[in-house]
Amino acid sequence: MSGRDTGFTPDPYVPEFMQKIQAEARAEAAALSRRTFIKLTGVAGGGLVLALSMGPGARRALAQTRAAATVFTANPYVQVKSDGAIVLYAKNPEVGQGVKTALPMILAEELDADWNDVEVVQSEINAELYGPQFAGGSTSIPLNWDPLRKAGATARAMLVSAAAKTWGVPESELTTENSHVMHRASKRSLSYGELAATAATLPVPSADSVQLKPRSAYRLLGKRITGVDNQKIVTGQPLFGIDQKVPGMVYASFTKSPAIGGRVKSANLDHIKTLPGVKDAFVVDAISDGVAFNPAGAAVMSGVAIIANTTWAAFQAKKQLQIDWDDSKASADSWTGAVAEAKALAKKPADAQVLGKGGDFDKAVAGAGKTVEGMYTVHYVSHADLEPQNCTAWHKGDMVEIWAPTQTPQSAVDAVAALTGLPKDKVLLHQLRGGGGFGRRLANDSVCEVVAISKQAGGVPVKVQWMREDDMAFDYYRPGGFHSFKAAVDKSGKLAGWQQHFITFSRDGKQPATAANLSPGEFPASVVADNRMLQSLIASQIPTGPWRAPGSNTIAFAVQSFLHECSVAAGRDHREFLLEVMGEPRNVVPGNARSLHTGRAADVIKLVTEKAGWGKEMPKGRALGLAFHYSHAGHFAEVADVSVDANRKITVHKIYMAADIGPIVNLSGAENQCQGAITDGLSTAMGLKITFEKGRVEQSNFDKYPIVRIDKAPEVEVHFIQSDYSPTGCGEPALPPAAPAIANAIYTAMGHRLRTLPFRDEGFSI
Amino acid sequence: MRLNVNGQSHDIPDDVDPKTPLLWVLRDTLGLVGTKYGCGIGQCSACMVHLNGAPVQSCQLTLESAADQRITTIEGLAVNGALTAVQQAWIEEDVPQCGYCQAGQIMHASALLARTPNPTDAQINTEMAANICRCGTYNRIRKAIHNAAAKLAKAGGAS
Repeated sequence: MSGRDTGFTPDPYVPEFMQKIQAEARAEAAALSRRTFIKLTGVAGGGLVLALSMGPGARRALAQTRAAATVFTANPYVQVKSDGAIVLYAKNPEVGQGVKTALPMILAEELDADWNDVEVVQSEINAELYGPQFAGGSTSIPLNWDPLRKAGATARAMLVSAAAKTWGVPESELTTENSHVMHRASKRSLSYGELAATAATLPVPSADSVQLKPRSAYRLLGKRITGVDNQKIVTGQPLFGIDQKVPGMVYASFTKSPAIGGRVKSANLDHIKTLPGVKDAFVVDAISDGVAFNPAGAAVMSGVAIIANTTWAAFQAKKQLQIDWDDSKASADSWTGAVAEAKALAKKPADAQVLGKGGDFDKAVAGAGKTVEGMYTVHYVSHADLEPQNCTAWHKGDMVEIWAPTQTPQSAVDAVAALTGLPKDKVLLHQLRGGGGFGRRLANDSVCEVVAISKQAGGVPVKVQWMREDDMAFDYYRPGGFHSFKAAVDKSGKLAGWQQHFITFSRDGKQPATAANLSPGEFPASVVADNRMLQSLIASQIPTGPWRAPGSNTIAFAVQSFLHECSVAAGRDHREFLLEVMGEPRNVVPGNARSLHTGRAADVIKLVTEKAGWGKEMPKGRALGLAFHYSHAGHFAEVADVSVDANRKITVHKIYMAADIGPIVNLSGAENQCQGAITDGLSTAMGLKITFEKGRVEQSNFDKYPIVRIDKAPEVEVHFIQSDYSPTGCGEPALPPAAPAIANAIYTAMGHRLRTLPFRDEGFSI
Repeated sequence: MRLNVNGQSHDIPDDVDPKTPLLWVLRDTLGLVGTKYGCGIGQCSACMVHLNGAPVQSCQLTLESAADQRITTIEGLAVNGALTAVQQAWIEEDVPQCGYCQAGQIMHASALLARTPNPTDAQINTEMAANICRCGTYNRIRKAIHNAAAKLAKAGGAS
């Protein structure tokens, strides 16, 4: 297989702000591929800094350099020090997806650095210098692949030139390996550190002139490399947002309305201020719309802040708060009400909005051998990052300093600038590691909150720590929703028509809420000629946002389960049926290399079924289930091996996965992500749901939100097809097929068709 | 009140409420932030430490009940920078994703291996089910515990 991924279409489920970020990042990457800017600056100790920048500021500065020979100071990606240390800067936030290791590996490969010489440092947050910096959409690898390879290669080229100059030999006779340049003919070698001072005096080659390695020459990429922060993690060193301390810092809790969007009328502040350890307590007024998912928006929900000398004192005092709420603007949403409304809407597809259609679905139904119908329900879920939301900030009057475990640091700076009226260059954000992200930390509500509280507290440094109960009650949830299907199977047992009526939630009655949309080109409408994609909206003020593999995380369950229903109705083997639906190898959107490729899909389906022993004899009550899903430009197929007993208690023996995301950067990291995403998919499918009545979320902690534990976590066997397509991300796309693979196995094992996420709502347990 | 943490004795100021969970005394008073807050109700074990060698959830243990007992936190496992077999295994198997739960996992795994030097998968599952890993690194936790058990066996089990 071969092919190059050049086109870019933002993934349709991605919220507008992320599409903007992605598009900007693509433009930056394209600009960089034309001109890579390497700048040499001396550093203390006589070393060399090979500094590459890809932001608009860098381009402007370089233009000035060329025109007027002024000095350009960039933020470096690559530093080679004369003592041999190689410092590589990781630009994007780390929330457990492994980019702090993977991105520097790309640099190190082209640099031919010995990984043992490398120190990885989290770069500063600076849009001018780095271009977009964020963790979302499984895009860190695809967006930075070319720029970082060129950055590493350019640095290497200069070190080779330095050696050639030192020895008086042609560059063509030199090779590099393990942070050394070698001249084999004379058996000489110099370390990068020894060459640093000379390299610093040399002209910078253009990025287009440097040779990138062929994959066959890779020494580091594709290997298993342990995470660069693992030493600190296993010894308990400070890393995370919650670990931040600032001299003079006070601790705060913040209490918001149980009915989402309610406002404080009054509170027993005088009593609270008398409690042990409490320094102050005050009402924080609502600023703008905190329910809307908008990472760059200056929004704060109304609530009461308690300032204390320890986290515990702030938590204890919170329990004694008595607040009189004005609920007139609060959510009054009811999940049970939404379910009833959805059932009524599902009966009237003719009244629904037509998102898209192809061919003639009604004719396909009229000519069908069989029609199949089914309605699927998925609940809201919470992100439940294990590190509850927190942020530390110091509003100093003329500037704000922030320490944040955010996924969107640049948007956080925008939000705080808008909130405070300060210029962006007076908002200094320090990026900290996030204890889980999953999309929750794309939103910067915790950042805005603490800045407002720090200001109101008189300009002292404050850490606002959410209790677990706050974290679960105030999330931008994965939206619930409903899929009502009708399909036609023709007389030969082939899928001949597809209608999907999506019933989803809307804040304004016009557009689906954030991450609550369905693309009209969603598989299999993209491959079934006669199709109709419909949408109905239910009004809701419950906040929603991206949750690991947004959209896909629920669409895959509904679609892949219902396709299995169709194959059963057709009397066909599921694998054969699915491969037939894929049809000839092609991109389903002609000319768009980021669209589903049916050939790559078929390859992963074939591989995973082969590994799982598809078709083998299974004991009674035990079966294999198959599912495929394409998201984030990744093709993923999974097979679950599941037993069910008479009490609907299931055992997941093993889950097999095959994926094509192009070449793998860090095999250990990629495998870990896939195992984790599949375990997350299993956990969420089995038992997780957020419900609400009168606008109040009904779950508050892990006792009512049963995340799967090790005793229920099966072995996950991961296989990658390392095709020649450009590498794409893998933090998210392994998750969506897990739920339908398990549900399909359960159907085959005992004949019960699961149509609800989570499965426990249909009486299943694990 | 005095706390004995990682072999060091600490005077805890009088203004710290004796009912304060050990978790917050460690984090906010002593600055030992390796022990993590996850749920506060004894569900997730991100806060796990050793009390006289036994694994306990420090969010469920008050300062007064921990006073004068022998407490070990994640910061106290390695001696003079020499990582324990469990810590080494965690790095070798590249267990962490976000890493937030791993201090609790490592503390629990260390206590498990002290009692059961060569645990089966079933024993690991039973014991370690107290700890939530939101990232789902369970496959690797099992692998790392077996790896550490092998390291300890090779070292002759001598401490």
